[in-house]
Amino acid sequence: MPGKLKAKIVAGRHLPVMDRASDLTDAFVEVKFGNTTFKTDVFPKSLNPQWNSEWFKFEVDDEDLQDEPLQITVLDHDTYSANDAIGKVYIDIDPLLCSEAATRICGWFPIYDTIHGIRGEINVLVKVDLFNDLNSFRQSSCGVKFFCTTSIPRCYRAALVHGFVEELVVNEDPEYQWIDRIRTPRASNEARQRLISLMSGELQRKIGLKVLEMGGNAVVGYLQCFDLEGESGLVVRAIGTASPNTNTHSNTAPASNACNSPSKDSKETLPSSSPPPFSPSKPCSRQSSSSDTDLSLTPKMGKTSPPPHAPHPEFPFFTLTCFPPGFLVHVGGVVSARSVKLLDRIHNPDEPETRDAWWEEIRQEIKSHAKALGCHAVVGYSESTSICEEVCILSASGTAAMLNPRFMREGCLDDASPPSCGFCHIPYDEFNMPFPAQLTYCYRCRRQKVPDVLFTTIDLPAEAAVTGKGCLIQARLCRTKKKAQGEVNATAISNLLPFMEYELHTQLMNKLKLRSMNALFGLRIQISVGENMLLGLASATGVYLSALPAPGGIQVAGKTPSDLNYDQHIATMQKRINDTITKNKELYNIHPPESTEELVGSPIPDRQRSRLFRSTSESSDELLELDLSHGKKDAFVLERGSVTMSINMFVSSGFYSCNTEVMPGIYNWTSGLQMFTSVRVYRLSNANLTNQGLNKIFTELCENLLKSLYFKLRSMIPCCLCHVNFTVAVPEEELIQMGAVRLNCVCVCGCVFVCLFVSGSGENEDQLQFSMELCADSTPSNNQPTSKPSERCSPLPEGRSRSLRSTRSMPCGAPVAVVKMTPLSFLPGTRIVKYLGIINMFFIRETTSLREEGGVSGFLHCFIAEVFAMVRAHVAALGGNAVVSYSMKECVFMENPNKNQAQCLINVSGDAVIFVRESEQEATPPLMSSGQISSTGADGTT
Amino acid sequence: MSVELDVFVGNTTIMDEEVYQFWLDGYTVNDAVKVRMEGGVLEECEASAEVLHSDTMDQYRTFQMCERLLHSPAKLANQLLFQIPPHRQAMLIERYYAFDGVFVREVLGKKLSKGTKKDLDDVSAKTGVTLKSCRRQFDNFKRVFKVVEELKGPLVENIRQHFLLSDQLARNYAAIVFFANNRFETGKKKLHYLTFQDFAFCAGQLISYWTVGAVGDNLSPQSPDVYNMVEDMDVDLEKQFLQDLKELKILITDKDLLDQHKSLVCTALRGKTKVFNEMETNFKNLSRGLVNIAVKLTNTKDVRDFFIDLVEKFIEPCRSDKWTAGDMRLFLTHYTNSAHILDTFKHQVLWDRYMGVIKSCILKMYHD
Repeated sequence: MPGKLKAKIVAGRHLPVMDRASDLTDAFVEVKFGNTTFKTDVFPKSLNPQWNSEWFKFEVDDEDLQDEPLQITVLDHDTYSANDAIGKVYIDIDPLLCSEAATRICGWFPIYDTIHGIRGEINVLVKVDLFNDLNSFRQSSCGVKFFCTTSIPRCYRAALVHGFVEELVVNEDPEYQWIDRIRTPRASNEARQRLISLMSGELQRKIGLKVLEMGGNAVVGYLQCFDLEGESGLVVRAIGTASPNTNTHSNTAPASNACNSPSKDSKETLPSSSPPPFSPSKPCSRQSSSSDTDLSLTPKMGKTSPPPHAPHPEFPFFTLTCFPPGFLVHVGGVVSARSVKLLDRIHNPDEPETRDAWWEEIRQEIKSHAKALGCHAVVGYSESTSICEEVCILSASGTAAMLNPRFMREGCLDDASPPSCGFCHIPYDEFNMPFPAQLTYCYRCRRQKVPDVLFTTIDLPAEAAVTGKGCLIQARLCRTKKKAQGEVNATAISNLLPFMEYELHTQLMNKLKLRSMNALFGLRIQISVGENMLLGLASATGVYLSALPAPGGIQVAGKTPSDLNYDQHIATMQKRINDTITKNKELYNIHPPESTEELVGSPIPDRQRSRLFRSTSESSDELLELDLSHGKKDAFVLERGSVTMSINMFVSSGFYSCNTEVMPGIYNWTSGLQMFTSVRVYRLSNANLTNQGLNKIFTELCENLLKSLYFKLRSMIPCCLCHVNFTVAVPEEELIQMGAVRLNCVCVCGCVFVCLFVSGSGENEDQLQFSMELCADSTPSNNQPTSKPSERCSPLPEGRSRSLRSTRSMPCGAPVAVVKMTPLSFLPGTRIVKYLGIINMFFIRETTSLREEGGVSGFLHCFIAEVFAMVRAHVAALGGNAVVSYSMKECVFMENPNKNQAQCLINVSGDAVIFVRESEQEATPPLMSSGQISSTGADGTT
Repeated sequence: MSVELDVFVGNTTIMDEEVYQFWLDGYTVNDAVKVRMEGGVLEECEASAEVLHSDTMDQYRTFQMCERLLHSPAKLANQLLFQIPPHRQAMLIERYYAFDGVFVREVLGKKLSKGTKKDLDDVSAKTGVTLKSCRRQFDNFKRVFKVVEELKGPLVENIRQHFLLSDQLARNYAAIVFFANNRFETGKKKLHYLTFQDFAFCAGQLISYWTVGAVGDNLSPQSPDVYNMVEDMDVDLEKQFLQDLKELKILITDKDLLDQHKSLVCTALRGKTKVFNEMETNFKNLSRGLVNIAVKLTNTKDVRDFFIDLVEKFIEPCRSDKWTAGDMRLFLTHYTNSAHILDTFKHQVLWDRYMGVIKSCILKMYHD
């Protein structure tokens, strides 16, 4: 009985009118945890009830505390008929279970209903008293901290990195249970929300147990995914990196140089003066599986793989993408594995689970790839799935790397600043390369060999020397396939996969060269399956690493070099390409020092290939390796590549984008930021279902989305889209009228983040001038250089005068605190002083009046805004003022326009934190006054 | 290929003030896109028409979702759905409650009822303001009216606090509420030359000096100790005051008093104005006109006709005699002051309270 949960319902506001006659509501609240329910009194005839209830006390196991959410239901009392539910609030208790995280949850929460959305707000106070429990057989793992952040969180120091933890929980999807036919959509949605909340609580608890077993106390880079397998069930799985952290709080960072260079910032958490005993890679990729039906089962432990504490880990996986300096010795390249599986109903979830075996298989494969690259570790590791009916593609990818063994053993490096080129040097044997590659001596140290291009899934290491700026590079691909069922379908898909990977890779290479860059970071390849097509989308941030050789040009070659016209055509194209390269060099400021002596010391033949290693397997571990190399030094664009060429020439001045945490080559950031989510769905007509046509359309979609973003955010110029995260999906095809057109949807869901920085040379004057512009409301000047006066200047003076007055006249009720959200692990210009816990929320929204709510766009717009609001409210209630490492993991949208219905599922996660501005960290306590917050919140908006 | 769904949501709600204005003005999305295209946003950002359309749609949706909150602006500050910086909230509110002068001129003094709302399409056709915008403005009037109706205390301050409006806008709304409550006639042809601002000024004067809230301290009616929190204190004219005005009748019924008054004014004005002769001949008529207005104000019907009476009985005769604004000021000043010298006239305070307002109203209304 090691915990007492206390909850108090204070008040409500803005409640909906539930009684048409009086235009009022008789509201009361039910507070439920586990199987215990308490009720408040009815507060009659008010839309702003003041319950001020007593403390409701629940005495519970800490196991339940971890699994169960606190469930608060607001109802309207009705004397004659059943009480009507107004809405619910689920509160995750987990952050209260860590001693160092939040101490209480207190604040206004939106009351959410899956049919009506947000209906008013409720003020709740929650506390937990934990008793010490030394029972070593316990099933709970209270106190293990979880972080979504894929680097060592800024105010902690890793004492040790243990390695990979994974877990997976399976259940039947309530949406597909027989009972769903007789219950209301609301009941069904709520059952589903509750189940998923339970499952992720359970999952987290089990992962926590594993971490405790390893002797760790935290999980960083926690990545949790849902697989909605439809009829066959619901899988929640998670991976992370276990590590015991010690909280260093503010004693490490010398605050002076952190303010304008986030890339420097990452070093500071592990200063050379206080050596972190980094000893990762205990053999902890132990895998176990458990699969429960009724949510109340003990996990099945230790099914497979190396025993818990084997002496030497052969292949540790790290979900981290950002490492302390000196940790990474060499980086081999991207390793990935995919496998196509047929889903079948999880008949007996208690049986050793097949899904675990599937993932196990894939991880083994990744390990062998890494080994082939001469590496003993995989960093930046992630897993994903794409499901279409009964076919499921499982994908995993990471970057093979060598980690510093000394660093791991002794946890201390004497040479504080590692060489800036070290990680580029090849980890594998020069004479026994796993694939053909062209090696040169490193352009910086001239001692070691480096490859000509480098692809990785991690962030650009802080110490890396970069020439010029980086940019977002995408490869997009559509492939049609025949509609098929079962085994045949799976075979068809797995046959297509290698070709898609090859094509994506070629596209990436060409685009990289076109920008005269030589390395990709943060590479993420997503392959989604639909009924009659496969989509591939690869995003990465291209940079010019100073240590690597300059990329060669692109040579155009025709297929049939015969007639004159054709040759001419090729010549003009060649010219266009060369012009583009020159232009891009200018744009990205890439002016590598002209190396006079070409030090090609490699005996390897004149061939070049990058390190994209992959394989496809279909229920077997067949390793498929493609020789992707061409015979020439210069890459090759076939005539049909004109499609490829036309792609990326859209450039907007003042805009930069990347999908990594920081934009390479830009260091002077301002603190204004704006996170956003954009979702688009396109309907394809049957007519253009050819590979060519589809490719063109798909490319246009992505380009248009980017253009649209640039336009939206034009008022923030100069600015940078960081951590742009594209997700595509091909929802199930649906037949609308009988025998008529078949429709396909493509959903591009970008969860994108904007950050402002100073463009150009980064002179101080520039920065000053710009920051004035940013705080537009404090300067009545009209000197914005980039915009027409009509656009921006005119409203400013007015806005200013109004703001002065409005602060006076705001009603006395405290204004809502600003909560910032960002997919980055930091906020520029600020310092995170405390991590309050993980935010992991799942919402379902359904409507039966789609047209009335403004169609699908209106519906989704509202829902996303509501999700943001609920995330902000939870963070604010924990006492935080920002969410970092925020991501929208899942956004599944289904509609049935004929029935005027739509349904959407969203899963979001992130870390709730408290931050302070660099400049005021000495003076102010953790929580900022609202005035400060609102003044900064105003910066980034127009 | 068609875009089925296209949504963009920012953590801090992104709003374009230009688009907000289009939305308020009742433009359709397509019209707004057209105007924006002509405005040259496209060249600036190399965007296409689709991009513009998608942006406009996003903004329109945001505004539609915000509209519910704008109906009770205090909610905007403590709602959780949109994260909007305070200065933007103020902008949203101020613009939402802004109105067109031409439109308000049409409904000023009318009952804010369903019937009037039904006629809005005529108003829309006449003024060129889109029907959508007309409806919004009309609903704003009605909403403010309804809220203020049930509140005690000073009108302008109530409006300001409840709707978080600027002082100027709150005063304008007070004028609208005041006119709607007293149903002043403003639609007659003779009054067409008057703008909303003229009426708003007059309303301000009436509220400041003639209402219940004005009692006790005519000179500084806004001083806080006057706020004796009577219901409708600023909306209704003070009954007792109107009753007392009957006493002024003596100025025109007593022959001696009238002659004496005339000679005092004439002495003061002689040689100072070019229209002296016209003034002298007309004095009795003008004086009768002004005093008769005062005497009749106990009738609701005559209160309604207050402005038309002012125009017919006083402004028009003067205008046909080609008085300048300066002449008018001179005359009214001396006309008011001379009454103090009359030894048998005992109602000096009442007279000042009455003539102070009449004078400033007439001066405001005396133009082409």
